[in-house]
Amino acid sequence: MVAITMAGALNRALHDAMDEDDRVVIFGEDVAELGGVFRVTDKLVERFGTDRCFDTPLAEAGIVGTAIGMAMYGYRPVVEIQFDGFSYPAFEQITSHLAKMPNRSRGTVRLPVVVRIPFGGGIGAVEHHSESPEALYAHTAGLKIVTPSTPSDAYALLRASITSPDPVLFFEPKRRYWAKEDVELPVETEAIGQAVVRRAGTTATLISYGPTVATCLEAAAAAAEEGWDLQVIDVRSLVPLDIDTLVAAVGATGRAIVVHEASVFGGIGAEIAAELLERAFYLLEAPVLRVGGFDIPYPASRLEHYHLPDVDRILDAVERSLAY
Amino acid sequence: MAIDSSSPDPRDLLPTDRPIQLLDVDGTLTEDPRWPIDLGDDQLVELYRLMVMARQIDAQAITLQRQGQLGVYASLRGQEAAQIGSAFALAPQDWVFPSYREMGVALVRGVDPADLLHVFRGTWLGAHDPAKHRFALITISIATQALHAAGFAMGAKLDGSDACAVAYMGDGATSEGDAHEAFNFASVFDAPCVFFVQNNQYAISVPVTRQTKAPTIAHKAIGYGMPGYRCDGNDVLGTYAVMRKALRHARDGNGPVLVEAVTYRMEAHTTADDPTRYRDDAELERWRARDPLSRFERFLRGRGVVDDDVAQTVDQVAKAEAQSVRAAIYDAPHGDPLELFSYVYAEPTQQLRDQRALLQDELSGQDA
Repeated sequence: MVAITMAGALNRALHDAMDEDDRVVIFGEDVAELGGVFRVTDKLVERFGTDRCFDTPLAEAGIVGTAIGMAMYGYRPVVEIQFDGFSYPAFEQITSHLAKMPNRSRGTVRLPVVVRIPFGGGIGAVEHHSESPEALYAHTAGLKIVTPSTPSDAYALLRASITSPDPVLFFEPKRRYWAKEDVELPVETEAIGQAVVRRAGTTATLISYGPTVATCLEAAAAAAEEGWDLQVIDVRSLVPLDIDTLVAAVGATGRAIVVHEASVFGGIGAEIAAELLERAFYLLEAPVLRVGGFDIPYPASRLEHYHLPDVDRILDAVERSLAY
Repeated sequence: MAIDSSSPDPRDLLPTDRPIQLLDVDGTLTEDPRWPIDLGDDQLVELYRLMVMARQIDAQAITLQRQGQLGVYASLRGQEAAQIGSAFALAPQDWVFPSYREMGVALVRGVDPADLLHVFRGTWLGAHDPAKHRFALITISIATQALHAAGFAMGAKLDGSDACAVAYMGDGATSEGDAHEAFNFASVFDAPCVFFVQNNQYAISVPVTRQTKAPTIAHKAIGYGMPGYRCDGNDVLGTYAVMRKALRHARDGNGPVLVEAVTYRMEAHTTADDPTRYRDDAELERWRARDPLSRFERFLRGRGVVDDDVAQTVDQVAKAEAQSVRAAIYDAPHGDPLELFSYVYAEPTQQLRDQRALLQDELSGQDA
């Protein structure tokens, strides 16, 4: 058992996937010699050569659009968008083609493409480097949206995404890249579309994904000192959403708070809250609450801690939930 | 991906001063050793047959739209030489990435024209299997398919295949960012790709002079380090010869080529458009005199390959084909609504299975 970072686990997943399947190719900006700005693709070019891991011109629509063409040829491209805010130039290729072509072709064209996107804030970055655009893409039918919160999940879910016949947007919580876990890789590949209980609890359920799962676990630890026993669910897959696990969890506590970094308006939390109201109305003791970023453009880095949901904001929401 | 980092000689990249033309408007052939044709009489007649077929089916499609059988249709009339001449130069293993006006190209690739018209009818979003004919689904969002062609060509290069990818696009498409990125990616990676631009003078109502300040569209190629060829797109033999050379260049590992075929859209942008608002009859007349089909027919008759009998037979076969397309489309039922959920993912998600059941209930309620 060794301590491995999420970035290291992702790197190992890419390495093992490339080792196992010659059709897996990696490209994007600075992914070869540099190993990616977060070093997630570190040393892959040394191991697999420039045919299978290469730098592209600086153009995100180009990266995703050519990945589609390469997938049509028969490859399984795993491409990197350097930062969340730079996924927007590729928005049309992602939403009009990556998401739709399999359906448009009535299943005759499959696009096994993985688009890796480091996302979220908390690293003191300049503008456009801290966004949480997952709801934009989750609203687009045809994409699978996956986001890990731990190194072992990062490995397992990225492996599953690469073997998926469907296109996957793989959102990597960049501020957790260096979080460590004692784990022996490889771990078993996880199926996409399953939420997991990260912490058992009876007082209320915190539902989260990606970077804020750790924040929820911190909140649960702090709450334990207050005598609250909080359950924490890691959604892991935003599309498809594992509603059954969420309903079962919330059914046990009667109270749910959805936590994410993204702005709450029209966000994943709104979707989860609506689903829980539709499916678990009589199991609820309180309205489903949402804790997230404000409905503002992502702030300057020295102000971001006011924007990002933290332990206090989560515990305040728990208190409001318990007041019902 | 291994790339050739040497810079090409700029003089090799510029288009010729005048569009390459082998067949003049009177149908007189002037062969040019730089642009060899190498077609036998049978192939010449086949080109003619395909052009007549394209025109007849195109006319039938417009009729079907007028009769409410198609929601909309984008005519290729006037562009038969550009489409069929270029597609005739393709090897079987090559892939076409079309826009939405490529009925002529589709015919050359053996795609059932009714399958394309089903898309315009709204039967399905896509009706043919792309891999079967190496003809991708038609692309409506402008220039986006150019990147798929570039990516496909990158794949072919990685795989050591001798397949080329050809993106069919229009003059307006060259203004899109995706066209720029596709030109650049294909060129940087020396990908076996040809960008075949039919400059039909208009992007709906906006003339090509408002799309670019470049001397010609073919001149844009030099900015990407690839050759730009410019041909008379109403000359089927000139277009064929230029495309043949472009494909050889790409297939031999020299990277992509941008081909500009200068042509004219004789019909409206689509059946929903009114071109009298932005162009006049005199302009239309000038281009009618350069009609690609009558020009080629004059040449074939002069050569003795086509006479009245052959022309009549070709015309009858094309009319029969157009009738069979009509029969396939007219009052054709739409697709199965429950199929709406089948192909969104390889396996429908639970949400889609639930929604399929909901629609199934709605449908059975209608039956009751």
